Amino acid sequence: MHIDAYLYRKRRIKNGLALIFGSAAAVLGLGFLAWILGTTLIKGVSALSPALFVEMTPPPGAADGGLANALFGSVLITLLATAIGAPIGILAGLWLAEYARHSKLGLVVRFVNDILLSAPSIVIGLFIYTAVVVTLNQYSGGSLGFSGFAGSLALAMLVVPVVTRTTDEMMQLQPPAMREAALALGIPQWKVTLQILLRAARAGVVTGVLLSIARITGETAPLLFTAFGNQYWNADVLKPMATVPVTIFQFAMSPFENWQHLAWAGALLLTLFVLLLNLSSRFFFRNRDSK
Amino acid sequence: MQTQIPELQARDVGFRYKGHQALKSINLDIAAKQITAIIGPSGCGKSTLLRIFNRIYSEYPGLEASGEILMDGENILDPKYSLSRLRSTIGMVFQKPVPFPMSIADNVAYGIRHHERLSRVELQDRVEQALRGAALWDEVKDKLNQSALGLSGGQQQRLCIARTIALRPRVLLLDEPTSALDPISTARIEQLLAELKQEFTVVIVTHNMQQAARCSDVTAFMYLGELIEVDKTDKIFTKPDRKQTEDYITGRFG
Repeated sequence: MHIDAYLYRKRRIKNGLALIFGSAAAVLGLGFLAWILGTTLIKGVSALSPALFVEMTPPPGAADGGLANALFGSVLITLLATAIGAPIGILAGLWLAEYARHSKLGLVVRFVNDILLSAPSIVIGLFIYTAVVVTLNQYSGGSLGFSGFAGSLALAMLVVPVVTRTTDEMMQLQPPAMREAALALGIPQWKVTLQILLRAARAGVVTGVLLSIARITGETAPLLFTAFGNQYWNADVLKPMATVPVTIFQFAMSPFENWQHLAWAGALLLTLFVLLLNLSSRFFFRNRDSK
Repeated sequence: MQTQIPELQARDVGFRYKGHQALKSINLDIAAKQITAIIGPSGCGKSTLLRIFNRIYSEYPGLEASGEILMDGENILDPKYSLSRLRSTIGMVFQKPVPFPMSIADNVAYGIRHHERLSRVELQDRVEQALRGAALWDEVKDKLNQSALGLSGGQQQRLCIARTIALRPRVLLLDEPTSALDPISTARIEQLLAELKQEFTVVIVTHNMQQAARCSDVTAFMYLGELIEVDKTDKIFTKPDRKQTEDYITGRFG
């Protein structure tokens, strides 16, 4: 066979170009990621100290201080949001995959869930502000209003669509033969769904929950007008509560140097936590079949 | 053909799927404690027919069976006939072995626990019996608490058989149970069939004619949604009455 030298050269050039553009895009993306992580690491590590975990956020002008109240608030609000959102998401996902897979209502719910999935989080924050914060404030005669609980509700609304989506997808991945085999034993559908299929899909479902926690950990906008913030230690979820992201938001733009340091420290802690969550969810998902 | 009373009698069974008539007026007696093989080319409706016997088809929307299937004089296709009762009487094993994500013992015990209230010892007993019945006991008796996902494909399929016979059904429906297995595992399942026949009425759908010839007592040949011929296996494979049957088993089509 005769190989046309011109065609061959043309292909070589195209191949080279594709490789160059592809590599450049990868380097660019990873470069920025490294830059962000690098800056956070350098500025954050120098601000790390044991005081972070024991001292409260300092008032303006005061020296030092820590993030203890914000860390506690973040952990509590995130846990509460997951406790509210994850069960709703899992049940909704189960319903979509097992009971409404082919129905029109199922298609509509799936579509609406996808919209909720990409809804701007500030909109969800505003919604909870109007629906919960303002309403509570009116009915309590002003004694209730901004609260950690309202923050949890806002974050729970971000958890629900993520968990719904992953649960739905993971359940649909289960072999139809497993479903049929269980039904053929005379087991009713709810039992097949909860005890067999959900069990088979559990690694994927847990991964979805972990990823949703990672998603809400860094959310700031929905907390601004729900949990609000608090300079002091507060363990009452019905009162305003400090959180790490909102504290970063307030402190990073302040003129006080120790506030800026605390913001970097908070940023580093957040980043490390999210990184850890992502890694553990990968680890979890990879080991799903070995048990 | 048989003198004994048939276990199941399909009377004028039809099946519609989105307006398409997939089965036409099937009349078939399934002999008790015999192996009935259903053969025919792909798409002839043999699996569809099998899936009517335990109403597993009814889990999907838009599927519709007509006619009746009689068991002890009762029509099992009647919606009033409880699915739980039907499926613990007529068990089914599928093409792809799918162990449940739990231990070997729990796989077998799961169905029993749902239908019967037994003590631990009784339950262990039943699990052992079922695993022995499926010729799997010797291979798994030391690892009953390990995950069933670690078994080989052939072992998994025998586990699925154990899981089904653990409910002590009267009829076993097998939908191409060896088509996903290697020849050695297939041979073991075929040996097992002969033993299962002592206790159960077996209906097996297979695309493998040699398998039907080797294992079954009665063979039913289906083509394009119709039951063409049903007779003793020897007769079907040596001198069938119908030309279509002869063409199929001699490999002229299908």
